[in-house]
Amino acid sequence: MIELLEARYIYLLVMVLLAIGLYGVLAKTDLVKKVIGLTIFSSAIFLFFIEGSVQAGATAPVIDERGIDPNLYVDPVPHLLILTAIVVGVAVIGVALSLLVRVYRAHGTFDESVIAERLAEADRAAGATSAPDRSPGLPGEDDPGTAPGDGGTA
Amino acid sequence: MSQLPVLPLLSLLVGAVLALLAGVWRAWAGQAISVVVTGLSLVFGAVGLVVVVRDGPLTYDFGGWPPPIGIEYVLDPLSAFMVTIVALIGLLVCIYPVDAAFGLQPERGTPLYPLVLLVLTGLTGVMLSGDLFHLFVMIEIYALATYGLVSLGGDRGVLAALRYLLLGTVGSGLYLLGVGFLYFSTGTLNMADMAASLPPIADNPAVLGAMGLIVIGLSLKMALFPLHVWLPDAHSAAPPGVAALLAAVQVKAAAYALVRILFDVLGPAYLDTGGLPVSTALVWFGLAGIIVGSWLAIRQTDLKRMLAYSTVAQLGYIGVGIGLASPIALIGALLHVLNHALMKSGLFLVAGGIIQQTGLKKIPRFTGLGKQMPWTMAGFAIMALSMVGIPPLAGFWSKFYLVWGALEVGNWVVAVVVSTSSLLTLVYFVRLFEQIFVREPVEAVVLEAEEPGPRIVGTVGVLALAIIAVGLFNAVLVSQVLGPVATRMLG
Repeated sequence: MIELLEARYIYLLVMVLLAIGLYGVLAKTDLVKKVIGLTIFSSAIFLFFIEGSVQAGATAPVIDERGIDPNLYVDPVPHLLILTAIVVGVAVIGVALSLLVRVYRAHGTFDESVIAERLAEADRAAGATSAPDRSPGLPGEDDPGTAPGDGGTA
Repeated sequence: MSQLPVLPLLSLLVGAVLALLAGVWRAWAGQAISVVVTGLSLVFGAVGLVVVVRDGPLTYDFGGWPPPIGIEYVLDPLSAFMVTIVALIGLLVCIYPVDAAFGLQPERGTPLYPLVLLVLTGLTGVMLSGDLFHLFVMIEIYALATYGLVSLGGDRGVLAALRYLLLGTVGSGLYLLGVGFLYFSTGTLNMADMAASLPPIADNPAVLGAMGLIVIGLSLKMALFPLHVWLPDAHSAAPPGVAALLAAVQVKAAAYALVRILFDVLGPAYLDTGGLPVSTALVWFGLAGIIVGSWLAIRQTDLKRMLAYSTVAQLGYIGVGIGLASPIALIGALLHVLNHALMKSGLFLVAGGIIQQTGLKKIPRFTGLGKQMPWTMAGFAIMALSMVGIPPLAGFWSKFYLVWGALEVGNWVVAVVVSTSSLLTLVYFVRLFEQIFVREPVEAVVLEAEEPGPRIVGTVGVLALAIIAVGLFNAVLVSQVLGPVATRMLG
């Protein structure tokens, strides 16, 4: 058990980071903290892939005078995958941040429960009035006129 | 013809770039280009479907690198079937007028159509990819474009997009983690290669762990109950055209990936052997989704929200069909992917027409719309009856195959729930029928409303006719395309 831990402690770290990330995404009510949890979660996955390619006594996969014995070289595929995944992750975080900016401009807070409460209240107000719900500024109805396209292009 | 597997994707991807540039010049040009390229993609998909059904699967190696090293695209009957559905719905959404589809007149350079084309590119890529990691990248491409489109739905849309982004990224992250487990167990990412190297290590716990992670991740993307929490907000806040696209094809991509990985890569031997009861879990969560989704749909007063909850219920049928792991039930699930794409996109397009003409969203205020918009509402009636499962409309047949498959396996609970859930579906559509067709119009906005333009009536009409056609010529589709697919995977 101890040997296993010694040899594989990075995987333990990965598990802890995954758990912290998931906790952040699911349990926090602050939207920024949720996004931070998401980055921790994805970093843990990146770490898992890189650790999986590690091999004792092996170096960078550039074939030189040591020959073509595969045990002398680190598996390059996980590194390649993770480079791609990091790029994808940057795009996702970029979109998330631009959406956060729009949420903050609209509500002045990042607290999800406060925002949800306000939207529900607007809904009730819209249900109580008998005004036709086509008027664009009416609270509670979707406002199609607000800034199309922001946040979608990042 | 060996380029055929990439052509549907390539035309969409090139179109996305062209539509972005053209949209800067003139707003309408972006839409024109997207109609052309989705049409092209539809032609390639349909031709591909005919060719692969006749001659067997086609593959394309990117950059000339053969499969285990390079990325491979595979066009087989299943992927060609899915690509054709995606392109058809994409084409109709692109033809649909901008103000009804997105609820706004686009300004110059607003990347509406490039985003739609990117969603379609990603979905097509998911369906064509023969490589597990490439599938992840394509999932993220369509997801990123979707976040942008959902955020068009105003204040509520932005919050829904952010919540969807958080859960969607966790879902694709879990999928990626599962792919990592599989890669470190087999040393390959190519699906065919992995399918060949998995049987010798069948009892490796890492493979079972990978299966669990991939199933949870993809169920989250597919919004299978109880992982559906992001869907009702995202689909009801999004503008109607976007919602049509999302409900019809976007959630189906994950369902397709689930079918492909469970039955083609891992193989039916992995389902339920020893460690992980994946197929049993899919069946039970699917059944729970059918009941809870229908129940929540009944309680909604907002049309788009009702349709979104109904999507949760309909995805339950697909989950059940996959989980039963019998060829007949799989035919039912795949047929339901097509039927639900036609029905639900049509219903969202009808909702868009109603909003364009009257601005109404709440069902109790639809009183008498059938008198004012007879053609649109006739299309609505066909789709709703098909959702309920009235023969000979398309929706009847997928439930028929599901019940048949359940009886064959001996799972009576599935047979009972699937057949009685039609009543629940009936409950939420009967209310609409009463408001729309039976009552006389009273509200001023309804009295002023008239039949929407030919592009709305036309797209709704095409979908309604497609539902009738799929219902009538169901036997051809099943015997030529879906039957052989299901037999090859599970036979």
